[in-house]
Amino acid sequence: MQKSPKIFFDEMQLDASKLDEKQVRHIYAAYHDWLKDIPHHQLESKRQEAELLFRRVGITFNVYGEADGAERLIPFDVIPRLISGKEWSKLSAGAIQRVKALNMFLHDIYHKQEIIQAGIVPASILANSQYRPEMFGVDVPNQIYAHIAGIDLVRTSESQFYVLEDNLRTPSGVSYMLEDRKMMMRLFPELFRRYHIAQVDHYPQVLLKNLRAVAQHGIQDPTVVLLSPGAYNSAYFEHAFIAQQMGIELVEGTDLFVRNNAVYMRTTQGPQKVDVIYRRIDDDYIDPLVFNADSMLGVPGLLSVYRNGGVTLANAVGTGVADDKATYIYVPEMIKFYLGEEPLLENVPTYELSKEADLQYTLEHLHELVVKEVQGSGGYGMLVGPAATKKEIEEFRLRIVSKPANYIAQPTLALSTCPTLVEAGIAPRHVDLRPFVLSGKTVTLVPGALCRVALKEGSLVVNSSQGGGTKDTWVLEDADDETEVLQSLATLSKETKLNKNTKNSKVETVC
Amino acid sequence: MLSRTADHLYWMARYIERAENMARVLEVTYSMSLVPNAAQSEAALWLPALEISGNVDAYEEEYGDVNAADVIHYLAMDADNPSSIYNALRNARENARAVRVAMTSETWENINALWLEFSQFIGQDLAKSGLREFCDWVKARSHLFRGVCFGTMLRDDAFSFVRLGTFIERADNTARLLDVKYHLLLPEEEEIGGAVDYYEWSAVLRSVSAFQAYQKIFSDTIVPWRVAELLVLRRDMPRSLHACLDEISPILEQLSGARHTECRRLAGELHARLRYGKMQDIFQHGLHEFLSDFIDSNNLLGAEIQRAFLSINAS
Repeated sequence: MQKSPKIFFDEMQLDASKLDEKQVRHIYAAYHDWLKDIPHHQLESKRQEAELLFRRVGITFNVYGEADGAERLIPFDVIPRLISGKEWSKLSAGAIQRVKALNMFLHDIYHKQEIIQAGIVPASILANSQYRPEMFGVDVPNQIYAHIAGIDLVRTSESQFYVLEDNLRTPSGVSYMLEDRKMMMRLFPELFRRYHIAQVDHYPQVLLKNLRAVAQHGIQDPTVVLLSPGAYNSAYFEHAFIAQQMGIELVEGTDLFVRNNAVYMRTTQGPQKVDVIYRRIDDDYIDPLVFNADSMLGVPGLLSVYRNGGVTLANAVGTGVADDKATYIYVPEMIKFYLGEEPLLENVPTYELSKEADLQYTLEHLHELVVKEVQGSGGYGMLVGPAATKKEIEEFRLRIVSKPANYIAQPTLALSTCPTLVEAGIAPRHVDLRPFVLSGKTVTLVPGALCRVALKEGSLVVNSSQGGGTKDTWVLEDADDETEVLQSLATLSKETKLNKNTKNSKVETVC
Repeated sequence: MLSRTADHLYWMARYIERAENMARVLEVTYSMSLVPNAAQSEAALWLPALEISGNVDAYEEEYGDVNAADVIHYLAMDADNPSSIYNALRNARENARAVRVAMTSETWENINALWLEFSQFIGQDLAKSGLREFCDWVKARSHLFRGVCFGTMLRDDAFSFVRLGTFIERADNTARLLDVKYHLLLPEEEEIGGAVDYYEWSAVLRSVSAFQAYQKIFSDTIVPWRVAELLVLRRDMPRSLHACLDEISPILEQLSGARHTECRRLAGELHARLRYGKMQDIFQHGLHEFLSDFIDSNNLLGAEIQRAFLSINAS
């Protein structure tokens, strides 16, 4: 594998060649001070403890296509990613702005299509397979389509964040944001006593409030359920976890049926009407009468009830057209068009391979670009040029040439790294960040995010299906008063030092 | 609550109880094999264990001869035996996993931990050593399961279905155990009250944790009809048929509410038979006949519970 010669921005700025503490970014100062005296075996035993606990609680996922179908853990890293309050307020404002515009876009594209008439988004978008003509003219409560949106952010320098993609269909990972936090509080209570870390555990309550708020007009006490493909789905743990946290029924397709323009669930006391379905099943499988006829997961007749306003689906049917990589390019324009605002978050510069010039450029620079399949997800259909072998590049080239419009290309971003516990010690690994934006009566997000980390050295692919792990994300409060934060951090590091036995084996830093 | 959820909870509890009862049968048979007894061959000793689980034919097809090592493996670990302890625990955990939301996190973690711990026994030759530890472990986990349900679950329908599963399964198991043992232990010509008999019957009692209870209640030598009375009619004996119906009947009353369900009627009828029945009458008509009839009725009751509450096809 070819190693990139680039210097990456590190969240902690832990520079192994110069063990100079002044290099450490100030929000990490105390953490670094605490960390550098902790022996490797101690961190490693914390990591093992976490793994044991996760396994006992059953925080596992299934990997598609693995022969034994065994449940696996998503690797959890004990070193958190820290974000200052200032950084967070910028990111969250940007994410909220983006989701607002995307919801307006979805309403528009299924109604008057003004953005197409204005010539901002091409009409070819209506031919995208994620565009659902069945949704044309359908009104959804509060005009919200993406009730839950996961916005993937990456960082390349102190001040530069990019939106990598918007996840508007059935974004997953929020359970790791919540469980990783619980785990960190259990493993390192001393850090939580001193740091002012913003709380995230009210997420399920905010979500439930939003879901109740988008029930059809006039329903007093709506029944909300979570529709899951079942125990063999890779994200089943998350479905169960969130349903439990919200105190709602976790249903499968066979639990629901349609009668007289309403959806009911089968209970031990007879049928019970369902008003809002938080569904974690893709559009294609949700109603075998309309979409994939072979689907055993969905509910026959559900779409017809939905279109007639008999039930609310979250997220709405047809949101995929807005998070497709072919649509991504237009999001900054959407923000200007619908909100009249300048985008707060930037897109990654993107080449559209349906355009001849972009295609030519891409084919000549495959070794330095990331090529992604549009309508693909999960990191399966992508090429990371700098990390790929010649053979892989040539194979991908053939795929691109046969259907250029199926791909987009982006420069390989110098994704920031965050110190991560690996076998040999602590080493930088690339990270991304997925905050979850919730839309109901208002658009909000809890101060936290799923932080995914590519555990393989040099790898830029953070997906859990491709060997990625997770980290807890700490959004620090009181960031306006930086001195206060610094003081409390300094006290912490002093106390920690005093409490510690002298240890010979120090954490080794691997470069 | 969702019918599917109720179904998973009910079967989760049944499978745990099944594993426990199988462990009891194995343990007691193993104890008996340690008592010097020239009259009984290894095969004759281990055959009842297979009969209780109702799988003699399947066993013979797979293993041929009846011997201790094979029976132990078949009943404890065989993945192809649907009622092996291995499968019972695996099914219990799969059912729990499907509805982990419907139980407290303690209950779920308890069952998940059970399954993780189970792996330590896989590949072990239990016939050679460790069978007793294994059986103790299964029983302890089952006690723990009932305890965590009892101690943490809201007293709602979910709890009722868990209890229902436990007692339907237990009634079936106690009836089978008694039937097989009674049948085998009462050869016409043999005199009752011999030393062998004592060991055999005390083993039956021990297998349902009733040995001390027997001594306490009767303070007398162990005789078969009293053992039968203890396990059929005594309502204060927690594994007796009467005690099981004492639990089942009110749960079905409460779950049925205003509905007239067949399962509620059936449970009431069975309950009355045990509540007002006399041991003398039961013996007059034949204990074996009584027990087979009970096993059939209990199966029917299970099917009716399924039809009234659990079957997801009934909309």
